[in-house]
Amino acid sequence: MTPHSIAAAFPPVDQHYLLQARQMQALSFSVHIPLVAFGLSFPAMVLFVEWLGHRRRDELYLTIARRWSKVMLTLFAVGVITGTVLSFEMGLLWPNFTGTFGSVFGLGFTIEGFSFFLEAIFIGIYVYGWRRLSPRAHLLSGIPIVITGITGSLLVIAVNAWMNHPVGFSLRNGKVVNVHPLRALLGNSYLWNELIHMYVAAYIVSGFLVAGWYAFCRLRGRWTRYERTALTIPLTIAALAAPVQILVGDWAARDVAQTQPVKLAAIEGLYKTTSGASEHLLGWYSDNQMKGAVVIPHLLSILTDHSWNGTVEGLQSVPPSQRPPVNVVHWAFQTMAGIGTMLALIGVIYLAVWVRRKRLPNSPWFYYALLAAGPLAVVALISGWVVTEVGRQPWVVYRIMPTAAAVTGAHGIPVGYGLLALAYLVVAGGLAWVLRRLAKTPLDVSLEPPSQLQAA
Amino acid sequence: MFLRSLPMVFILAGLVLYTVLGGADLGAGFWQLATARRPNARAVRDFAHRAMGPVWEANHVWLIFVLTVFWTSYPKAFGSIMSTLAVPLFIALLGILLRGVSYAMREGAATPRESGRIDARFALSSILVPFALGAAVGGIATNRVPVGNAAGDMWSSWLNPTSIVIGALAVATSAYLAAVYLAADAAHDRELTLERSFRVRALGSGLVAGAIAIGGLFIVNTDDHALVHSLLTGKALPAVIVSALAGLATLLLVYTRRYEMARYVASLAVAAVVAGWALSRWPTILPGLTVHQAAAGHDTLVCVVVAVIGGAVLLLPSLAVLFRLTLAGRFREGEVSDLEPGTSTRPSVNVRPLARVAAACLIAGFGLLNIADATWAHAAGVVCLFGFVGLAFRAIVLPALDEQAATG
Repeated sequence: MTPHSIAAAFPPVDQHYLLQARQMQALSFSVHIPLVAFGLSFPAMVLFVEWLGHRRRDELYLTIARRWSKVMLTLFAVGVITGTVLSFEMGLLWPNFTGTFGSVFGLGFTIEGFSFFLEAIFIGIYVYGWRRLSPRAHLLSGIPIVITGITGSLLVIAVNAWMNHPVGFSLRNGKVVNVHPLRALLGNSYLWNELIHMYVAAYIVSGFLVAGWYAFCRLRGRWTRYERTALTIPLTIAALAAPVQILVGDWAARDVAQTQPVKLAAIEGLYKTTSGASEHLLGWYSDNQMKGAVVIPHLLSILTDHSWNGTVEGLQSVPPSQRPPVNVVHWAFQTMAGIGTMLALIGVIYLAVWVRRKRLPNSPWFYYALLAAGPLAVVALISGWVVTEVGRQPWVVYRIMPTAAAVTGAHGIPVGYGLLALAYLVVAGGLAWVLRRLAKTPLDVSLEPPSQLQAA
Repeated sequence: MFLRSLPMVFILAGLVLYTVLGGADLGAGFWQLATARRPNARAVRDFAHRAMGPVWEANHVWLIFVLTVFWTSYPKAFGSIMSTLAVPLFIALLGILLRGVSYAMREGAATPRESGRIDARFALSSILVPFALGAAVGGIATNRVPVGNAAGDMWSSWLNPTSIVIGALAVATSAYLAAVYLAADAAHDRELTLERSFRVRALGSGLVAGAIAIGGLFIVNTDDHALVHSLLTGKALPAVIVSALAGLATLLLVYTRRYEMARYVASLAVAAVVAGWALSRWPTILPGLTVHQAAAGHDTLVCVVVAVIGGAVLLLPSLAVLFRLTLAGRFREGEVSDLEPGTSTRPSVNVRPLARVAAACLIAGFGLLNIADATWAHAAGVVCLFGFVGLAFRAIVLPALDEQAATG
């Protein structure tokens, strides 16, 4: 389809506040996605700790699992409501998108709905089942939480992958025909790198945030076996996941280069289609060029094409109206990659100290860095999604439906935006209150390891 | 033909379940608001908190179910409804958001009383949500939502006599369902004073709901004569009669203290009225758009039906387990030890070979994912990298935890 016929098929909606609608959506995503990261990774950590407690007959591990499981439930409950917002917004903000393509991608959310329902049920059983179910039944009741967390996010990410790489249907006169929803969602090559990238990110985010809390405890002088244990487990997993994420990210970037060259050009601020293209760090894009950037010759070609003089498509390959806002995408990418590298470095330091000295690092600086790592990981997570979503602009369905044609024709978007932002403040306040309360609950466990352990 | 209608049956069933289950949850908030300055007001408010089941999401997820099946199966109708009725639906969304916060906060509350106070603070949302959703239904029922992106009027589509009647009916029904539920719960706990309070409230709100339903017909008749006519003649009439009888029967059951039965019969009344409404306008969804015209393509509908049936097969046993555990009171008391008696098993892990394999996985993963270009290589590379994380985690974390136990 040529751009001309696309414009005829999906004319822009008369909506003065398109930008506010996009910001409202972005706000809702940014609030929800850190909670998704916890939902994806935290249940597995809680279950691991519980399993370890049974293996070692050590009440301390069970105490950690019990306390974490309450945090897990709270974050899940908040995730439910922020996720509800997103499903409403599909219709409230983007009725033409859902109205036109609902039959192609909607199935993903239908299945996700069930998976999330199961997750809710088993989180309920798991958290309320402490001391009420037999140890084996309790551990088993946690397994569906881990599985449904993965299937749910798989399907939601499948929808996003489809928006970035639409397949599984054809268009006739602006109408969607020949729809094959399974091919659209699961037969999409783009799904896998997005899913793995998010999955690894989830462990980095929750690992560093949880470890960061206990680093804070240490800095304030609370450093019993409880804190040390509760720090070591999430820190180890995050420390291993962070370097791996760099490799996964490189794979994802090569897929972007192939499927969405304009997005890659925006990430790099590359105007001209170039062979032997350079990598640009930092810098600001204006007048069709990167200014003030650190230039590493040939690196971009090597990374995306695995060749010294590989050709990288520039922004000039499409008309200006079809280019995303370059600086937003470029800086979101710089932020994500920069933080990602720092996190990997923290991980490597921890691993190196462990391998050489068989202990945790002693320097308070390490714990200050850990404290910062959690929030920074969240920033990197959101920046990564900004790269994907803003980099897709001006399209909601890549090169098929412009975002301007998807938006609602209703009035009052700024009012809704303001009210929703206020409601999120209430949610954030409530969440902060609960987490503080949960952290303050006194420990009711002996910190001594079981006797067999001491003898060993 | 059948395939194109089936998802609509799912949607309507989801709507009934949400009205009954979600409604009972929201109705509890109504009582927290409406019992100020009575002698046992505080006890009533604290107890009303318990109407939120152990799994709040299980009640509210029906709404998500309705939304997702709707936009997948009848996308065009969905887009038209959501854009024209954006205001009431957004109000409902804010209400659900605030109600959800009070649920999320209950884990932090030190006592049931405190968490009762928390959700009382958000209780206004319990009235907003059913009212706004009912008003939105009223807009669809009176054909005020045309096909198109925000094609209907932003205000009169839901601020009209019919919408207000249906909204008020939804609030009264939620309050009734919650009161019945709480009376049953109080009876179960032998809290006789509370049982009496909620029984009176149930009867009162039930009568009010009945009065709104009957009186509402006259108001709706002046607003949209055709709607009332279609409800009271032809296909819809049997359903309306069933609903009226069930409504009467549920009040009698409450009066004779058979609360559990009263809840089921009340659900029947709600289901019958939704069915009657659907029958009266079948196959029209929106003016000029029938279920068949709005339906998605064949493959999508087959997938939706399979997904819903498959999902139900997994879901119903899980829900049954949850409800059995809660109803049997196992979540309220009982002290099973989390730790089975026995000795600690601590197999000594030989770290060195594990670390070597992990390192090999890392190198292989890098080669396959980052150097090779084939798709199969990427898949294998991801597996290798996950293998690296898993093995290295095992090699590090167990000795690290031992070391911490030793330094005690």
